Amino acid sequence: MILLQQCITFLYYGLVAWAAVLLASSFWRAKSLDREVLYLIVLVPFVLRLLQLK
Amino acid sequence: MTTTAPNERLRKVLLIVLAVIFLGVSGKSFYDHRHLREPVVLGPGVTRVATLGEYEPSLRGTANDSQVYVLEGKEPGGTVLVFGGTHAEEPAGRLAAWLVVEHAVVDRGRLIVALSANRSASTVTRPGAAYPPTFTIPTAWGGQTFRMGDRFTSPLDQWPDPEVYIHSPSGQYLAYMDIRNLNRSFPGRANGTLTERTTFAFMALIRREKVDVAIDLHEAELQYPVISTIVTHQKGQDMATMVSMTLTDLEGFKIGTEFSPLNLHGLSHREIGDHSQAVSLLFEAPEPFLDATRGRTNADVLLTGKDEFVVQAGKKGLLFEAIDEHGWPIAKRVGRHTSSIAQTLETWSEDHPDRAVKVRDIPRYADVVARGVGAYLRNPASVAASRVAYE
Repeated sequence: MILLQQCITFLYYGLVAWAAVLLASSFWRAKSLDREVLYLIVLVPFVLRLLQLK
Repeated sequence: MTTTAPNERLRKVLLIVLAVIFLGVSGKSFYDHRHLREPVVLGPGVTRVATLGEYEPSLRGTANDSQVYVLEGKEPGGTVLVFGGTHAEEPAGRLAAWLVVEHAVVDRGRLIVALSANRSASTVTRPGAAYPPTFTIPTAWGGQTFRMGDRFTSPLDQWPDPEVYIHSPSGQYLAYMDIRNLNRSFPGRANGTLTERTTFAFMALIRREKVDVAIDLHEAELQYPVISTIVTHQKGQDMATMVSMTLTDLEGFKIGTEFSPLNLHGLSHREIGDHSQAVSLLFEAPEPFLDATRGRTNADVLLTGKDEFVVQAGKKGLLFEAIDEHGWPIAKRVGRHTSSIAQTLETWSEDHPDRAVKVRDIPRYADVVARGVGAYLRNPASVAASRVAYE
């Protein structure tokens, strides 16, 4: 159970990091202001999670 | 590349700067809450400060290596454990334990007190519930700020939750999030989750220190039927009944007695009694802040216990405890707990003279209500640094 939790947590943080990279990349490629703002707003909780703040 | 590209890049850079500022502000708020140090003045009765890691080494260095305050009398006697912060969103339990540590003097036997039974839960608030991260109790020396917490261990310390939580050792199926609920994890296990290892540490403490009575301090929403009561293991039925009758008769507040259900597992009042020599009791005080029908959720509601929507629910007969426009101020809730602790110690000592725990100077209900909780919080700047601990 505990080992499974640790594996899932490890994979989860990898997934969060990958999603953060995708969002950052999408932000950089976006052409419109509303898209750029949207990507950044969505990105913030991912970064907070990666930094283990929230 | 189009001619607008430089403008677009400048816009992106500006947006990134704004996002970093937003990230910094929100991140600092979460960091400050998780790392807020709450001073505890070691009262005249405190003879030692231990940690749960001494009883379960795997807790060392974790968020739940909580401090345990030992108040030992000069004469030998019994041992009573009092713990608050099992549910960190129920602050009266923590504050009552705080007053005991800062004021109680033990003449006989031993009192062991934990202020943050699930310390991890005190470092996070309920996601989506708009809880205030902290609250401040006004004092003559300026006020003391405490972390407002959650019912559950922080997901930063224990994650993920299963689909169904299967309690150990009973095998009973419980709601998935209760795997992070300290009061569904007794008696715990050494190789379990952080929450289970925390309750395992408490059980080791109870056995090793030969605890006679374990008291778990809680608060409840007024829509919950188990409120304003002492929940007792069958081993403590006579004592709890005597305590509730005495308190109701002499102290000016009503408190009932309920018996711990035999087949509801994981709770302190059931498992501590079943798996150790100790009599287990759980005290519940009313906390309107927790009611689902509450209005605005802020530190004021938390401390005054005033909420017009909960009052409306009461008028419609939806509550299990009375409430009016005066609410349930924190002083009343803390005072109920301190008096209940003091009365339990007295009743236990009368019934078990060979295992008596004689304690004085625990603030009683009438005094706490009259003077406020802040009058009993001691100024950490007024004592030597060696007499201050931090939660």
